[in-house]
Amino acid sequence: MTDRVPVLKIGEILLVSIQIDLEDEMVLDLQEDLSQKIVSAGAKGVVIDISALEIVDSFVGRMLATIASISRMLGAETVVVGMRPAVAMTLVELGLSLQGVRTALNLERGLKLLRRLSTAHSARP
Amino acid sequence: MKDYLTGNATVESVPVASSKDVVQARQVVRNLAQRGGLSLVHQTKLVTAASELARNMVVYGGGGVVRAAEVNGPQGVGVFVEFRDDGPGIRDVEQALTDGWSSGRGMGLGLSGAQRLVNEFDIQTGPDGTTVTIVKWNR
Repeated sequence: MTDRVPVLKIGEILLVSIQIDLEDEMVLDLQEDLSQKIVSAGAKGVVIDISALEIVDSFVGRMLATIASISRMLGAETVVVGMRPAVAMTLVELGLSLQGVRTALNLERGLKLLRRLSTAHSARP
Repeated sequence: MKDYLTGNATVESVPVASSKDVVQARQVVRNLAQRGGLSLVHQTKLVTAASELARNMVVYGGGGVVRAAEVNGPQGVGVFVEFRDDGPGIRDVEQALTDGWSSGRGMGLGLSGAQRLVNEFDIQTGPDGTTVTIVKWNR
């Protein structure tokens, strides 16, 4: 059995901090775990911390985009935080711009962004 | 591409059959890049390219062997990596190297993206398998 990436709940936000080199199966498990937890926890936001990731290849990049789309459909916004500069440069050269995925420099800013989004959302008529 | 492996004392070999082995192959390539003194950005680009190509071997080639080595050239030090599988080969290499073209579950960025991330890229393919070789120089 492969390890699973833990999904932590803090209020209405789910926090995923990826701390190990990801196998493809773990990426798929995370997608499933997170989708279920968004619903069971009634989460409004998801923060994915990738500051420990030394590389993000097209598979992981696609997973981030898919998670953002799935969570949006389930009523939660996703913010990817902590991308390393070398990873950003590599992703762009690879041809993956992660369109549709919100990013923030670090966890603090990511949480602030989610709060702003949720306020803007609830203010809508 | 030049034969960088014969007589090279730093050659490391990793059999790759599953996505767990892809992680292992990435680590071997990263260690070589670090030992060779490649800059962080070069390391990241090389390891990302290696990840794409090793995954391709598992998904399309039924697994194979990754061999990597530190190399020296006029440009200084670099890392050479070879991905060899015994799969059915790539029918249309030109097409496979096109951005956005995919025969399977990917985004179609694996081959073309990997090619952009390294300095040298070669692909030999036929009904008996596919061999992709890359070199990333530290420049």
